[in-house]
Amino acid sequence: MTVHVAQPENGAAPAGPVRREGSQWLALLVGRGGLHLAIVALTLIWLVPTVGLLVTSFRPKGDILASGWWTVLAQPNFTWGNYTEVINTQGMGRAFLNSLAITVPATLLPVLVAALAAFAFAWIPFPGRNGIFLGIIALLVIPIQMTFVPVLQILNPLGLTRSYIGIWLAHTAFGLPFAIFLLRNFFILLPADLLEAARLDGASNLRIFFRIVLPLSVPALASLTIFQFLGVWNDLLMALVFIQDPEARPLTTAISGLLSTYGTEWNLLSAGAFLLMVVPLIVFFSLQRYFVQGLLAGSVK
Amino acid sequence: MSTRRQSIQGFLFALPAIAFLLVFLVYPTIWTIILSFNTGKGLQFAKWIGFRNYTDLFTRDHQFIDLTHFPPSGAVFNNVLWVILNTGLCVGLGLVIAVLADRIRYERIVKAVIFLPMAIAATAVAVIWLFVYSPSAQIGLLNAMLTTIAPGFQPQAWTGQTDTVNYAVIIANVWAQTGFAMVVLSAALKGIPAEILEAARVDGANELGIFRRITLPMLSLPISVVTVTLIVWVIKVFDIIYIMTSGGPAGASRVIAYTMFVETFEGGNAGYGSAVAVIMLLLTIPIMLINIRRFRSERVTR
Repeated sequence: MTVHVAQPENGAAPAGPVRREGSQWLALLVGRGGLHLAIVALTLIWLVPTVGLLVTSFRPKGDILASGWWTVLAQPNFTWGNYTEVINTQGMGRAFLNSLAITVPATLLPVLVAALAAFAFAWIPFPGRNGIFLGIIALLVIPIQMTFVPVLQILNPLGLTRSYIGIWLAHTAFGLPFAIFLLRNFFILLPADLLEAARLDGASNLRIFFRIVLPLSVPALASLTIFQFLGVWNDLLMALVFIQDPEARPLTTAISGLLSTYGTEWNLLSAGAFLLMVVPLIVFFSLQRYFVQGLLAGSVK
Repeated sequence: MSTRRQSIQGFLFALPAIAFLLVFLVYPTIWTIILSFNTGKGLQFAKWIGFRNYTDLFTRDHQFIDLTHFPPSGAVFNNVLWVILNTGLCVGLGLVIAVLADRIRYERIVKAVIFLPMAIAATAVAVIWLFVYSPSAQIGLLNAMLTTIAPGFQPQAWTGQTDTVNYAVIIANVWAQTGFAMVVLSAALKGIPAEILEAARVDGANELGIFRRITLPMLSLPISVVTVTLIVWVIKVFDIIYIMTSGGPAGASRVIAYTMFVETFEGGNAGYGSAVAVIMLLLTIPIMLINIRRFRSERVTR
């Protein structure tokens, strides 16, 4: 008996309709229609809560209180008013810019610092190298809560919690162990011949780093950058601790502020939540491949 | 270039990272461990009290752990509930969706939709689900559906009642994290050689038997990796609770990470909060060791 006899066409046909009847447990249970029904139902459960809030963010306040968002097609009545209000009068426009101002440096800085270190750990032997690398891996276990009070004691006297600098430094430090771990494991797989040849030609370490290592590591760097970017953009806890100037607060803490000031004002909350979601959604749809890889690699964190 | 110069350069490349880690991670960790034996009033070293923060946490703080009644309550017990329900539901649903979606043509779309919440902030997830749970049947979808299906049903304040609040928040979090389990398990599922499945079918095995005897055993490693990862996330869960309930009502939805934040920054008891942080560290260490060892030995996720 060869396996090929039983195989559908080229083996690539994944599931699809090419299936033997009688042996399929799902078919036995509910039939093929049941499979589609279950899948569609699950997909709807995952989609509807977000759609509901999105629809609500475009409805006037009075309508939101008077009727459910699911009745909106009966009397369509949409407005940009919630967005203009949260952006202009609730300071969400400012918070959006703050989120960017926090996230971009807090992404690029750790990636650069980690890449330099990972290059040394992978390709430049120095005494104590392996011990230090293992020590950095061990730091992966430390919950950020372990650092809050002492890091505040460092940052506060320097006034760094009243600017973005404190949170840049904190995010950089907390992102480093994982970033070094990921990049070192990627760098070490680069072809040794290539690096040795460059070295023999007299290329400096810095030149090898920028001209050979970084260009060859774009996939790993992209995954890591996206992972760190979304982690910082979506962060609430660190912003609560390390941003003490209300003028500098990002979207996450601004939404938290909306909730505690007004309670559940859905017209404001829904629009604010979508301002917070729009950047990750763009990243998700444009860079889905790197994004998934980054998250999978990040699952050790 | 001389070895000596190479050594110095290697160290210099690693130096910025080492400096960051020493100043912002290693030194603070030691500081926090020491502070956990102090009252830490005003975020400073104040009065030394030995192990009292720890003994108070486990014997006197009924919002941290309360074993005087059944079921037990408090932050520690809530975290246990989170570990069981959040992890179990995410892995179970993720597996079911991965297996089901493997059999349809529009798999990519379904997986993208389920995975989407992984991209958005826990803060946004919290707002989305607060809206679903709104106590008004005019506003909240859940109460609207239940009052329609079951006439006479009274709309519930799902996040405002001590007996429903934890389940409500956990379900919101399951919605957010199932996509992670699904993507990892789906990738592993595709890695099972088609020949093995076909051979089993030719031998007359039915699909349920194949799932139990072949698919599930072959997925055991990725399932355990996903489980361990989700448990680590649960130990650290904070954002979604802070936004949805602020630990309430009456502290009913507190978890360990929430206790640390509130005691330190709202109660001003940094020593007490530090003891909670140390407990988080102690809980994380064994789990992370398992994960790192697995991650190093097997590249299960690609």
